[in-house]
Amino acid sequence: MATTTSIEVPDTPLLGYVLRRADDALVLGHRLSEWCGHAPTLEEDIALPNIALDLIGQARSLYQYAAEIDGTPGRTEDDFAYLRDVGQYRNCLLVEQPNGDFAATVVRQVLYSAFIDPYWRTAIGSKDATLAAVAAKSAKESAYHVRHAGEWLIRLGDGTAESHRRAQAALDDLWLFTGELFEVDATERALIAAGIAVDPETLRAEWNRTVDEILAEATLTRPVDGWMQSGGRSGRHSEHLGYILADLQHLQRTYPGATW
Amino acid sequence: MAADLPSEALKRRAYEAAAAVCDPEIPVLSIADLGVLRDVGVAADGAVEVTITPTYSGCPAMNMIALEIDVALAKAGIERARIRTVLSPAWTTDWMTDEGKAKLRAYGIAPPQGRASSRRGALFGVDQVPCPHCGSGDTEKLAEFGSTACKALWRCRSCREPFDYFKCI
Repeated sequence: MATTTSIEVPDTPLLGYVLRRADDALVLGHRLSEWCGHAPTLEEDIALPNIALDLIGQARSLYQYAAEIDGTPGRTEDDFAYLRDVGQYRNCLLVEQPNGDFAATVVRQVLYSAFIDPYWRTAIGSKDATLAAVAAKSAKESAYHVRHAGEWLIRLGDGTAESHRRAQAALDDLWLFTGELFEVDATERALIAAGIAVDPETLRAEWNRTVDEILAEATLTRPVDGWMQSGGRSGRHSEHLGYILADLQHLQRTYPGATW
Repeated sequence: MAADLPSEALKRRAYEAAAAVCDPEIPVLSIADLGVLRDVGVAADGAVEVTITPTYSGCPAMNMIALEIDVALAKAGIERARIRTVLSPAWTTDWMTDEGKAKLRAYGIAPPQGRASSRRGALFGVDQVPCPHCGSGDTEKLAEFGSTACKALWRCRSCREPFDYFKCI
């Protein structure tokens, strides 16, 4: 039985890149799973965990690849999820933001899905065969996520005065986390040049179009781009991630290697 | 006992055993009907290699399916087997056999409509899913996500029965 309660992750470009994608999927998947048993309608109580399941499945495939790149003997997908501290997580700040009211969850899902859907479609062309395979699988799933979240935002924005107010408030609150989706650092730039990573700048036009179309139909006002919060990609997170990891990791850290 | 079989016969026996494994959530479909079973071969070391692919990234039935393949092979006298999960090429409902679609309908689940090759199908869905109970075309979507990752929830306006629709991806 393993006795390790934390791991060190080698600092290599491809591994870092894969972990950014994997951590986005895991953290958002975890957030959505928190709705299980609490969603506003039965259908939505089934939908949100279904989306969570897709995301956690994507995270598993990516962590399996991370373990392979890492190469430490015996390292598995679980080690990345359960045995890294907050500062080693590389997800963007948007996905760790609290579920809030239902409107906050829907807005967060629209902003992320509108980005990741074209991201996966583009990543199908990656020169990295594993990333391309995960992308082909994930693109089928993200297409449903963007549609589902978009339909809800339209329903909320163009619904009652109260749902409109809440949707607009969530949009205004979360907007400052959207800049980070398009961030690129020097190591990522090298992977883009090598044809492995996707240049997020090439996705911006589609993201704008998707978001604008949904907002227009939802009668919501697109916030003005101002100061954008960042830090997640280098491990500087909001206080929320620590609580997520406490929930996610406490069992493996208390009883290392526990299985049932 | 299966160790003495020539490779081709071993492969055939292994395929028949693996192909008969049913999906734990949709027991009328075998993993061969679903297209989840991709390949059965015999490796250089003499072990049987079964290749499967998930329908959705997070499909929780995959572990169960792998376990059941192991059991089915063991029952067929095949002790040395490995199960490999591959993501590429990505699973599509286009791989579902016609026989599989007919079985689904008889079981009360509307089979995927049309071909998945058009992305528009995934994004904008299909307007018409015939009711698997009464055959009426007068149906409506209740929810995009259903009892499993691969299904959506629909309702028939003619016979008033709700039904699962196997999404076309």
